[in-house]
Amino acid sequence: MFLHYLELAARSARASKGLSALMVLALALGIGACMTTLTVYHVLSGDPIPDKSARLFNVQLDAGDLVGWKAGEEPTFDLTRFDATALLRDKKGKRQAMMSGTNAAVGINDAQVKPIFSMVRYASSDFFAMFDAPWQFGAGWSAADDDGEARVAVISAALNEKLFAGANSVGREIVVRGQTLRVIGVLKPWRLQPHFYDMTLGSYAESEDLFLPFSTAMPLGIGHWGNMDCWGNGPSGGNPMDLKSNCSWVQYWVELDKPEDAAAYRAYLVHYTEAQRAAGRFARPTNVRLRNVMEWLDARKVLPADVRLQTWLAFGFLLVCIVNMVGLLLAKTLRRAGEIGVRRALGATRGAIFAQFVVEAGLLGGVGAVLGLLFANAGLWLVRHSPNDYARLAELDASMLALTLGLALVASLCAGLLPAWRAALVTPAVQLKVQ
Amino acid sequence: MSASSTPLTLVSSAPRERGAFAATLHALLLDLRPILTTLRRHKIAAGLIVLEVALTCTIVTNALHLIQTRVDALGADSGMAEAGMAVLQVRYSKALPPERGAGVAAEDMARLRALPGILAATTANQIAYAYNSNNSGVRLQPGPKAERLLVAAQYAGDDHLLATFGLKLIEGRNFLPEEVLDANKVFSVEEPRIGQVILSKATADKLFPGRSALGQSIYVFGDAPSVVIGVVEKLSHPFVSRGRGDGGANSDEYTSIIFPLRGAGFYVIRTDPAQLAAQIKAATAALEAADTGRVVTQSNPLAEMRAKFYAQDRAMAWLMGGVCVALLLVTAMGIVGLASFWVQQRTRMIGTRRALGATEGQIRRYFQLENLLLTTTGIVIGLAGAVALSQLLMQSYEVPRLPWGYLPAGAVSLWLLGQVAVWVPARRAARLSPVAALRS
Repeated sequence: MFLHYLELAARSARASKGLSALMVLALALGIGACMTTLTVYHVLSGDPIPDKSARLFNVQLDAGDLVGWKAGEEPTFDLTRFDATALLRDKKGKRQAMMSGTNAAVGINDAQVKPIFSMVRYASSDFFAMFDAPWQFGAGWSAADDDGEARVAVISAALNEKLFAGANSVGREIVVRGQTLRVIGVLKPWRLQPHFYDMTLGSYAESEDLFLPFSTAMPLGIGHWGNMDCWGNGPSGGNPMDLKSNCSWVQYWVELDKPEDAAAYRAYLVHYTEAQRAAGRFARPTNVRLRNVMEWLDARKVLPADVRLQTWLAFGFLLVCIVNMVGLLLAKTLRRAGEIGVRRALGATRGAIFAQFVVEAGLLGGVGAVLGLLFANAGLWLVRHSPNDYARLAELDASMLALTLGLALVASLCAGLLPAWRAALVTPAVQLKVQ
Repeated sequence: MSASSTPLTLVSSAPRERGAFAATLHALLLDLRPILTTLRRHKIAAGLIVLEVALTCTIVTNALHLIQTRVDALGADSGMAEAGMAVLQVRYSKALPPERGAGVAAEDMARLRALPGILAATTANQIAYAYNSNNSGVRLQPGPKAERLLVAAQYAGDDHLLATFGLKLIEGRNFLPEEVLDANKVFSVEEPRIGQVILSKATADKLFPGRSALGQSIYVFGDAPSVVIGVVEKLSHPFVSRGRGDGGANSDEYTSIIFPLRGAGFYVIRTDPAQLAAQIKAATAALEAADTGRVVTQSNPLAEMRAKFYAQDRAMAWLMGGVCVALLLVTAMGIVGLASFWVQQRTRMIGTRRALGATEGQIRRYFQLENLLLTTTGIVIGLAGAVALSQLLMQSYEVPRLPWGYLPAGAVSLWLLGQVAVWVPARRAARLSPVAALRS
């Protein structure tokens, strides 16, 4: 029966080519727009580290002075080096890392190879294990290396390719700011999107190319890229990156054994803040934040408002396309009232007529879905060539593909219900009399 | 044949003495009743057209408004005379000790200014469209208890900054060469002292409403005063209108201050706009020749930086525009489709009317009027929806309120769309031969 209905539907579509084409085209446009924006939304709101996102926490302390302070405001996103060092020393989590970033020229002792300006991350030793960095050669440094300011470095696959033509470079030497560092590890290509552990240089920044111990980076005077908030006398005449300066610029993350441990860790942070205030360092009332990865992304409003706006716009468009399709289907159906009358007189039940017209709407939906998929691909191609820092991430995956087809089918069936119902209501006698 | 029992009404000719306009109006009113009767029989189809027009109206008015806000952003004034400006960045493979920064910058400035095509050159800690900004709280009293009146975008450059940026001094004077300080030295003591400062007019007006800012003292880094020596007409935050969020309630994108400090940072040059590309090359060559241990990593005309800075706004405006066009097209398609259906369905009625003496114009007008009625209903609902949607957008996306002007604009465009869309089916209806129509 279904096949027969399908054949009838195809015949009917052929009979009114223009109208059918209009409906399919409008539906496909709506589906294409929706899938394009939804894919961007899906890619951007994804969990960058699904296995661990509930156990990784960002730490915020409110270390600022009282000038311009307002109750209930968000504490600074970063910590002072002093506080980060103190928390790291206490080791209250399973793993913890303090870190920040910069950009520096990385070269090798070979006059032929020009130094390459690379994004740099300096961090304490737990960094790689916490964020599941994938190793190609070697490994990261140890806590002892942190303490000893070891002259070691980890480089990305891309930098390894440029400096050492992709060979195993563990044990080789690189030059950063005139100092020699020994490569102890090479990462596989690694992309955390969003770049959640430090979003001050763009939410969708690439992973860094050079990693070295925080303690090693400081005497190198390697500098700092990103956000820095200072208060009071700020650097107090010294470098803002000094231990004693009143500037926050260090990201601090902690990994706990299980999500439920967060309460205990938060209590520890409150205790730490109170001790600092007692010592005269903190002036503000206790105001700590401990957010897991997804809460952190939400707090930093990482999903661009434009993307949400686009998605809503596309769904509004799809809604208009569906209303349009209902109207046109209805017109098409009622035009065939005579045919329906004949079918009914020859014994077709109301149910059969209803099924026939729903199948017809479904066929249009199916064609619309395929065409919509083409439009979505074209849309995503446009997005990838647009000037956003997330543009290159816009790819259609299997789940979105299934969603496209599902959405198109549901949309067209919804559009088909009303006309099919009207068709089923046609009274055979009246129609036959008219003819 | 009575008008109430059937839509097949004849239009009576209006009395001549009422004049042409009144006659048309009368004819239109007489047309209305049968239209309403017909529409009552096609409630669902009519309702769908109304719904489609309403949704389109709601979305298009708001989308047009969003486009306008983007276009406004594109046209925002940074306060600088941007044509002919370029920004250069120098990087060293071996770190330059911070204490040498100002000395090297002074030498480089001398080098750049010596080039024949360079009209002006300065160092700058920040510049519009370069994605970095320094912001400082400004107080009018010393001491830790003093309130920060506003947060200003804090520029630092030498005595050529005003000329290079093309800023217009409206009060007071520029920095003197001897007033320009070494930034590194200034900030390497507990209590930074910078004797002079130039304010933007917006900053001056906010700090000293109703009086001249000249000679007044402001406190920025500590308890040492900086005396206001000049006011420039306009200088925006480096993020222009996007910098609005940085400063809190009392600041906007034009609250900025300029300190006479020289240090490592951007090198900004001004040349004849026609020679910009050649002059950038010359400047790059001069800088790289002076010290082989460094590279000019960035050298961009400011106009290019501006285009890149606004690229996403432009893309978003195009996208919204595309969706608007698609929406209007789909709605027009819907109107054409349903109107054609109705024409086909009412062929016999049209034939009867024509046979009884109705003119082509009267038949056409019938369909046009019907469309006007439907779109008007849709527009009324759609405008209410537009206001509601605007309210929602204001709450969730910090979009400004929809200005009233968009409502009539949206209404007129949908009326026009409806009339254009119905034209073809209406004309087809009018041209039906009465004999053929009756026989069908």
